[in-house]
Amino acid sequence: MATAVLTASPTSQQLRDALRRHPTAIIGSVVLAAVALIALLAPWLGTVDPQALSPVQRLKPPSSEHWFGTDMLGRDVYSRVVYGSRISLTVGVSVAALSIGIGLAIGLVTGFLRWLDAIVMRVMDGLMSIPSVLLAIALMALTKASVGNVIFAITLAEVPRVVRLVRSLVLSLREQPYVDAAIAAGTNLPLILMRHILPNTLAPLLVQGTYICASAMITEAILSFIGAGTPPNVPSWGNIMAEARSMFQLASYLIFFPGLFLSLTVLAVNLLGDGMRDALDPRLARRM
Amino acid sequence: MTPLLQVTGLETRFFTRDGVVRAVDGVSFSTEAGETLAIVGESGCGKSVTSLSILRLIASPPGRIVGGKVLFEGRDLLTLSEDEMRAVRGDAISMIFQEPMTSLNPALTIGRQIAEGLVLHRGLSQQDALARAAEMLRKVRMPEPERRLRQYPHELSGGMRQRVMIAMALVCGPRLLIADEPTTALDVTIQAQILELMRELARETGAAIILITHDLGVVAEMAQRVVVMYGGRKVEEAPVEALFAHPRHPYTAGLLGSMPRLGDSLREGALKRLVEIPGMVPSLSEAQSGCLFAPRCPNALSRCTQETPSLVAHGTGHFAACWNPIA
Repeated sequence: MATAVLTASPTSQQLRDALRRHPTAIIGSVVLAAVALIALLAPWLGTVDPQALSPVQRLKPPSSEHWFGTDMLGRDVYSRVVYGSRISLTVGVSVAALSIGIGLAIGLVTGFLRWLDAIVMRVMDGLMSIPSVLLAIALMALTKASVGNVIFAITLAEVPRVVRLVRSLVLSLREQPYVDAAIAAGTNLPLILMRHILPNTLAPLLVQGTYICASAMITEAILSFIGAGTPPNVPSWGNIMAEARSMFQLASYLIFFPGLFLSLTVLAVNLLGDGMRDALDPRLARRM
Repeated sequence: MTPLLQVTGLETRFFTRDGVVRAVDGVSFSTEAGETLAIVGESGCGKSVTSLSILRLIASPPGRIVGGKVLFEGRDLLTLSEDEMRAVRGDAISMIFQEPMTSLNPALTIGRQIAEGLVLHRGLSQQDALARAAEMLRKVRMPEPERRLRQYPHELSGGMRQRVMIAMALVCGPRLLIADEPTTALDVTIQAQILELMRELARETGAAIILITHDLGVVAEMAQRVVVMYGGRKVEEAPVEALFAHPRHPYTAGLLGSMPRLGDSLREGALKRLVEIPGMVPSLSEAQSGCLFAPRCPNALSRCTQETPSLVAHGTGHFAACWNPIA
């Protein structure tokens, strides 16, 4: 069904053409798809239990047996990095989806109702005045370490930015003649928001979503690195690096591999976002 | 016979930081079923605000309708609740906007946009509404209506989009159609087609049209009666033939004189300069006594700047607000 809609719509054809014109976006999508596959197929990629300790195999450099070597507890770093991709992608995608969803709902309503706008935007300004990492750390300090709480904490820090974006889009969209035309045709407010405003905010939001996804993955790694994120029994790129920090001079590969994966994934998401921005904004794309 | 729409003493003001703007200042007119009434005047004379006031579409703040009555089929629209007003908009009274390029939602298909009114006001299902929308597109002579239903606005030309706008406006069978400069954004050949289409559809459905325009050529083509506005006031009202043959208000005469006529220069043997109205449109922000046109008027008397002229009959249905009308 979804594919039928995609092929039927002329805009998706344009999207695909534009993606073809933007090779960086293609590279981004391919890398991202590869990471997603790795995360999905983790148990079948020659991995062992990422938690299995093996005291005799401690701090072994990369070899044919342990591709990325082993850490100070003898755990297989390759397996840990592969399983870690699950956490990063889950956090990135969930935070992007949740903050876009919540921010969209709040932004749509505040963009149209002036009295509510004044109140909500002051709350958002307050949230934005706290650095997002700091806000997330504070929230994590109040709860116990779990992936769910990490997602919640980062989402709360990202929502104000989405609300701002949606609100500014709504403010310009509500001045569009077709919105006036809809009002003149007797359309009520909920329908105007859903039919006439919402669809026109989706393109910029989709792009914003990729940036949020990338920044959420980094924030998750930061939180885990300082021990305020994903619990230590769940391997994530952030806490693999955190645990390896003290061993850096002895076994730099312990930090190198999760770091490489994190950078590549974030780069891929950002490349995809840039490509989508160009594809969805033809005016900008033509200038480049 | 009671008129379909009777506007009496309509006053719309905008309360801005720089003072109160009297955009519409005591305008009265009426229109009957099947009739086309044109409201003409230059930019900023309050003709668009008048039409928006009828549907209560003035953004508030800063705008507010402070006085007058808008009787539509005996009901005063100005006293209706917002919900009752919403039921009138797009159903009994609908509107065509001047910008066909931007008055359609770029993210929705043509079909859904036309069907929206039917779903909203008639409670039709999406399928039935789409079938009616296709029928409507055929009526506005859109080629391949079924295919158009699935297309997006950017795939259509300006003329086609204006046809879609007309289809949207007429789909619920309104008794009154307000067209705010419906052809301004179109090129001349398309203009003629769109006007012809509007006239034909109005004749078919018996709807009244209020045509807002600054194009006197369009007025001559379409209207039976004309209201000339200047500075938020009605300065002249007349049947279209009387107005063109014998304008009474110097402003109307100025408008007619500034319009080029085909063949003029040939007949004169040399290029004749068009007559222009000197001066600028008055600022409406301060309350002014006297005739607002007086500073630009070639026939102005001393009285004109002191006393506001009221409308005086100059024959059947011909009124002008002028102390020194053209004889």
